[in-house]
Amino acid sequence: MKLSPDDHILGWLGPLPINATIACTWLVMAILVGGSYLITRRLNDSVRMSRWQNLLEILVSGLNEQIRQTSRQEPGPYLPFVGTLFLFIATSNLLAVVPGFSPPTSSLSCTTALALAVLAAVPLFGIAQRGLFGYLGEYIKPSVFMLPFNIIGELSRTLALAVRLYGNMMSGSVIGIILLGIVPLFFPILLQFLGLITGLVQAYIFAVLAMVFIASAQAARNDRTQNPGD
Amino acid sequence: MNEITADVIIAGISIFTAGLTMAIGSIAPALGEARALSDALSAIAQQPDEAPTLTRTLFVGLAMVESTAIYCLVLSMIFIFANPFWEHFVSKAGG
Repeated sequence: MKLSPDDHILGWLGPLPINATIACTWLVMAILVGGSYLITRRLNDSVRMSRWQNLLEILVSGLNEQIRQTSRQEPGPYLPFVGTLFLFIATSNLLAVVPGFSPPTSSLSCTTALALAVLAAVPLFGIAQRGLFGYLGEYIKPSVFMLPFNIIGELSRTLALAVRLYGNMMSGSVIGIILLGIVPLFFPILLQFLGLITGLVQAYIFAVLAMVFIASAQAARNDRTQNPGD
Repeated sequence: MNEITADVIIAGISIFTAGLTMAIGSIAPALGEARALSDALSAIAQQPDEAPTLTRTLFVGLAMVESTAIYCLVLSMIFIFANPFWEHFVSKAGG
């Protein structure tokens, strides 16, 4: 039994093995990029717009609203990163019902890559907002003895992000396989529906947590501007 | 024939521990999630206007609590399907 799509090698690109994770990631990327190109090629601002443009506008404005509510800031700089995370995870989780497609989010290497992107984005957004020393100063608050704990906290929440998404998606596919062996009729379908809901909720949670981490790296400055006597 | 070798002991302990991990590891997060959910529901009942904020915070908090159960699941999967001790013995015996 193959627990991870990493073990499922489809072919070789020179010395590099192309496993199912990489291939499915490319497929999701192609769907997202190609789809958005096809939709945004003919944008119009009249009342009669195409169905797909309507879908895209709902997605973008919904993401904007969620980011605005989570971070209490304008979503402008965060929308590309957080929105990409959400769309990628949601698409690959939803495509899990397609036979033959193994969602890349059920492999630990893919979710680790996503979590590393969040780990890199938090200091980047923090430095962009508050300057290098302002951001690094957060690590030695309330006292310099908290420095190792702050660093451990930063790393462990990255690990938690990766393992949470991986465990949720992997458990869905493994339980599906086991149930197919035990009760092949009807019951696995219900679990697939549950897996769809779980996949969407996990994509939402990943994006919101990334936004919360980014916003928390900037929270102190907002507090200070609100309480100048501090 | 019926001798108990080291890999049998490892298999038995692995399966037992996997079951125990899932049992304990799902009771505690379930209790914690139930408590968070009931508190969030009463908060929404008291302040229906704040429902979106409460729901979002509830989701994020539930995901945090849920991840402990997910750790237990991953661990028991490792015990059963990818046990390092088991694979060590199998590679020694199989050559």
